[in-house]
Amino acid sequence: MEHIRTTKVEQVKLLDRFSTSNKSLTGTLYLTATHLLFIDAHQKETWILHHHIASVEKLALTTSGCPLVIQCKNFRTVHFIVPRERDCHDIYNSLLQLSKQAKYEDLYAFSYNPKQNDAERLRGWELIDLAEEYKRMGVPNSNWQLSDANRDYKICETYPRELYVPRIASKPIIVGSSKFRSKGRFPVLSYYHQSKELNAMANRAAGKGYENEDNYSNIRFQFVGIENIHVMRSSLQKLLEVNGTKGLSVNDFYSGLESSGWLRHIKAVMDAAIFLAKAIEAESASVLVHCSDGWDRTSQVCSLGSLLLDPYYRTIRGFMVLIEKDWISFGHKFSERCGHLDGDPKEVSPVFTQFLECVWHLTEQFPQAFEFNEAFLLQIHEHIHSCQFGNFIGNCQKEREELKLKEKTYSLWPFLLDDQKKYLNPLYGSQSQKSAVLEPNTVSFNFKFWRNMYHQFDRTLHPRQSVFNIIMNMNEQNKQLEKDIKDLESQIKQRKNKQTDGILSKELLNSVRPESPALKATLSLKEQALLPVNDVLRTIEGSSPADNRYSEYADEFSKAEPAVVSLEYGVARMTC
Amino acid sequence: MEFAELIKTPRVDNVVLHRPFYPPVEGTLCLTGHHLILSSRQDNTEELWLLHSNIDAIDKRFVGPLGTIIIKCKDFRIIQLDIPGMEECLNIASSIEALSTLDSITLMYPFFYRPMFEVIEDGWHSFLPEQEFELYSLAISEWRLSYVNKEFAVCPSYPPAVIVPKAVDDEALRKVATFRHGGRFPVLSYYHKKNGMVIMRSGQPLTGTNGRRCKEDEKLINATLRAGKRGYIIDTRPLNVAQQARAKGGGFEQEAHYPQWRRIHKSIERYHILQESLIKLVESCNDQTQNMDRWLSKLEASNWLTHIKEILTTACLAAQCLDREGASILVHGTEGTDSTLQVTSLAQIILEPRSRTIRGFEALIEREWLQAGHPFQQRCAQSAYCNSKQKWEAPVFLLFLDCVWQILRQFPCSFEFNENFLIMLFEHAYASQFGTFLGNNESERCKLKLQQKTMSLWSWVNRPSELSKFTNPLFEANNLVIWPSVAPQSLQLWEGIFLRWNRSSKYLDEAYEEMVNIIEYNKELQAKVNLLRRQLAELETEDGVQESP
Repeated sequence: MEHIRTTKVEQVKLLDRFSTSNKSLTGTLYLTATHLLFIDAHQKETWILHHHIASVEKLALTTSGCPLVIQCKNFRTVHFIVPRERDCHDIYNSLLQLSKQAKYEDLYAFSYNPKQNDAERLRGWELIDLAEEYKRMGVPNSNWQLSDANRDYKICETYPRELYVPRIASKPIIVGSSKFRSKGRFPVLSYYHQSKELNAMANRAAGKGYENEDNYSNIRFQFVGIENIHVMRSSLQKLLEVNGTKGLSVNDFYSGLESSGWLRHIKAVMDAAIFLAKAIEAESASVLVHCSDGWDRTSQVCSLGSLLLDPYYRTIRGFMVLIEKDWISFGHKFSERCGHLDGDPKEVSPVFTQFLECVWHLTEQFPQAFEFNEAFLLQIHEHIHSCQFGNFIGNCQKEREELKLKEKTYSLWPFLLDDQKKYLNPLYGSQSQKSAVLEPNTVSFNFKFWRNMYHQFDRTLHPRQSVFNIIMNMNEQNKQLEKDIKDLESQIKQRKNKQTDGILSKELLNSVRPESPALKATLSLKEQALLPVNDVLRTIEGSSPADNRYSEYADEFSKAEPAVVSLEYGVARMTC
Repeated sequence: MEFAELIKTPRVDNVVLHRPFYPPVEGTLCLTGHHLILSSRQDNTEELWLLHSNIDAIDKRFVGPLGTIIIKCKDFRIIQLDIPGMEECLNIASSIEALSTLDSITLMYPFFYRPMFEVIEDGWHSFLPEQEFELYSLAISEWRLSYVNKEFAVCPSYPPAVIVPKAVDDEALRKVATFRHGGRFPVLSYYHKKNGMVIMRSGQPLTGTNGRRCKEDEKLINATLRAGKRGYIIDTRPLNVAQQARAKGGGFEQEAHYPQWRRIHKSIERYHILQESLIKLVESCNDQTQNMDRWLSKLEASNWLTHIKEILTTACLAAQCLDREGASILVHGTEGTDSTLQVTSLAQIILEPRSRTIRGFEALIEREWLQAGHPFQQRCAQSAYCNSKQKWEAPVFLLFLDCVWQILRQFPCSFEFNENFLIMLFEHAYASQFGTFLGNNESERCKLKLQQKTMSLWSWVNRPSELSKFTNPLFEANNLVIWPSVAPQSLQLWEGIFLRWNRSSKYLDEAYEEMVNIIEYNKELQAKVNLLRRQLAELETEDGVQESP
C-alpha cells in the first residue's frame, strides 16, 4: 500500500476510445492494492487489474484536465481525464509502481484468496497430472522410457524433472547430448502418436545452429521460417498501433495489417505445425523440432502439431494438459514473455498469444472439432497475464518449485472447469471433425484478423447479436427441457395411477394436496425462468441506448439547429 | 434465328470435366440453345448443367489433339473441359461464345423456360405499387399515387405509378421532369412511420453552368417538408464531381434556391471503378498461391471493402437523418439509378423491420431496384472475368447485397432470410431462367411482355419448398432500428460469394446443419413441455373435481 497516495478521485472522465468528438463518461476512479476501478454515473464498473497494465502514459495537460492513457496486456485501452494534475500524477506514479513488481512474492497470486482450504487447493493443483498424460500417450513402452537423469535439474534447469527418452539413450548419451545443445536442452519426447501401423513421435530439443546432415542418417531436414521473439513483439506492437487509430480507413487497416506481418507469422506457425502433423501421420516419421532455445517456437509448433493429431487436446481438459505439458513443464518463460515482473522489456513477446490465435483459426475452420469455444481461449489469455493464479508464474518448473507456488497460490484449471458451461462449444461433436486428424487450409485468405481478441473490450465493433451465445444457451435450455419432460411425464403417470387406483379416501387426498401448489409453483417458476433467458439472449446491444455509441447522435441532433458539419462528424464517429 | 445455326457440334464424347473440390469426371458434352450439359451417365445425373448466359469468358488451349476450354462464370466459378479433337474443341468454343453473348433479349432462356413446378402465386403480381402504397396508410394525407408516367413518356426509367407529394399536380411533375436527369423527378422512396419523415430520390438537377432554376422543382421538394422543418439532400458524389457535372448540363441544388435544405456530399464510386474493383478482388481470391503480404495488399488494392464502407456509411447517415434527426431527405447522384438506390434501399434495411423479412426484402428489390429503374441488363451483362471495355457494367447490385450481408452478420437474428437468399439473388441477377431481372426498366420490361412470356423469380422463390432453404432459423422479429458498425475491423470479405469456389465449405456447412438441428430440437422440446403441462393441468382439475363432490 505504500505506493498508493490517492485512493479515490471524483469527476474523472473515461473517453470513448474511438470517438472523434471526445465523448466520455464521468465517474469516480478508485485505486486499490490490486485493481484500478472506475464507476460511472450509471454504476457501471470497469475493473483493471494492475498486472494487466502494459503501459501508463500521462499526456500533456488540457483545458478539461490531465489525460491518463492505460494500455493493457489483454488489449484493453482506457483513456481517462483527471481534473487535477496533482491527482493524475499520484495515480500515474502509483500505477507505474503497482503494475511492475520487482519480486514474485508481490504478485497478485500470492495474496489472492478464493476461500478454499489447503486440501481443496492441493486437489486443484493435482487436477492436471502429466504422469497420467504420458500414460495416456502410451509411454513408457518398448522404445521409450522415463529417465531420471534430470531428477535434480542437474542436466537441464529449464526442463521438468521427469523426461521420456529413447530406451537406448543411456545417461552418458543424455549428458553428451545435453552438452551439445543450447541450455542443455537435449531431445526429449513431447508427443507420442499411437497410430495403427507404425509408432511415430514428435520430440523437441534446443538448437542454436543446426545439425550437420552428414552426421544424421535417415533424417530429413526442414527449415520453417518462424521469426524470433523480437520480430513478433514489434509485429504485435504495429498491429495494435494500426487498430487503435481513430477514424481508421479500410485501406489503412489492411495495409497496416500487412505491414505488421502479424498474420504472416501466424500462418508460418500454422504451416510448421501442419508439416509436423503430416510427417507423423502420413509418413509415419518421427520429428525433432527445435529453434534456438526450444521454449518459444518449438513450444508453438509441438503443441499445435499435437492438437492437429490428437482429438484429446481439443477437449477442455486436454487443452489444459497440452498447455501444462508443452508450455509450462518444458519451460516456456511465461514470466519473462508476459512481463510479469519489472524486467528486461526485450524478453517480452506474444509467443503464447500467437499459439492461442492459431487455435482460434482452427476453431474457425473446424467449428465442430473443439469442445471449447473462443471465450475459453480469451479467458486463458486473460490469466497468463493476470498473475492471479500460480500456473503461469515463473519461467520453468525448477523456479516454480522454489517459489512454492503449489503451497502459496491456486491453480487456474479447477476454476475454469467449474465454469465449464461458459466455455463449451455447442456445436462440438460431429464425428467427422471430432476424431479426425485436422488438415487446415492455409491459403492466405483463410487467415483473418481476430477482432474478438484484439478488440475484446471495444464492444461497438462486435456483432450486435451473437449466434454463438444463442446456440450455447439453447443447448443448455434443451438439457433443462429434457429434464422437465421427464419430471412432467412422471407426474402425469403418478396422477393417472392415482385416478385408476379408484376411490381415494379424503384423508389420503389431503395428505397429497399440500404438495400440489408447491409443484405448481416450481413449474411456473421454470416457465418464467425459461422466458427471460430468451429475452436476454435476444437483447440487441446496438439497440439499447446505454451501451451504444449511436445514442450520442440523439443528443447531438437534438441541438437547436443541426449543421451539416455535425452530421458528417456523426458518421465519422460512427465509422470508427 | 435458329440456335442450330450456332451449334456446329452438339455433342462430344469422352470430355473430361474439372471442377473445384470434385474429382475429374469423364462424360458426354451436349450443347443446347441455352445450356451446356455434361453427363457421365453414371447415376442418371448431369454433372454439369450450365446456362450459357452464366458464362462470362472462355479461354482455349491446345496440347496436340487435346483441346481445353476454361469456362469462367458470372458467379465466379471456373471450370475446365478437356475435349478430344481440335475441331470439336474449336466448334464447341465458338458455339459457347456465340450462345453466351446473344444480342437479342428475346432469345434468352427465360423466354423458353417452362416451369416444372406448380405456380401458387404469380410473382408478377406479388408487389403491385398500389398495394405497397397502401402499406403507407399514414402517408395518405400528404402523399398520393400519380400515374403521370403511365405511358413512360415523362420518365422512361420510372414505373407507371409513383408516389409524390399530394400538393403537387401532374402538370408540375412534367415540368420538374425536364429539370431532372433522365426525367427522374423526386419521388417517395420510404416513409418513416415513427415520425412521418421520408426518403425521396431523383436524378441530379439540370442546373448547368448558368445555374438554371425550376420553380416547380423547388416547390415539389419544399412540399415534402412539414412546417418549420429542415431537410437534407444527400448527393452521393463528392462536391468537385458534382461541380464538374454542371459543365455537362447537370449539377446540384444551390442553397439559395433551396434554403430549407442542407446538402451533404458523399463519395460512392460508380461504373468502371466498381467493375475494376470486382475484377481485382475476384482475381486475388482465385489465387491460391500468393503469400500473406500479397493477399492483404491485393485485398486492399481492390478497394472492394472501401466501397462497402462508403455505401454503408452513407446509408447510415441517411437513416440517422430520418430516425435521429427527424428530418426528411432527398438522395441523388447523377442518374439516380445506382448509388442512389444503394443508399435508399440500405437505409430501409436499417430502419424498417419489414424489409428484413423475406417478403419485405423482395418488395424492396421490386420497388427500389426493378421499378426504380436500375439498369440490370446493362450492369449485369458481364461479371468479374469480362475483358470488354464497355462502361455500362458495374457490380452495383452485388455491392448492395454485400452490404446487406454485412448487416446480417452483425444482426444475425434480425433477418428472416439467410445468406443463401442473398447468394441466390446475386446469381439470378446475372443469369436466370426467370424474367425478373431482364431489361433495364419497367418500360423495357413492358415492351418485352415479360409478364406474359416469362416466369417471375418470385413465383418460384415464394413456394414453401424453396422458402425453407432461404429461411434464417435464428430469426426473431426485431422492431428496432439496427445500426451496423462500419469500422474496418467490423467489415469482412463475403466468403460465401468470393471464396465459394476456392475452398471447401464442408465443415462450415456441417456446423450450420448442427445449429439448425439444435434449434429444431429446441422447438420440439418446447412444444412437448407445453403439451405435457396442459395434460397435467387437466389431470389436476379432474382431481380437483373428484375431490370436492
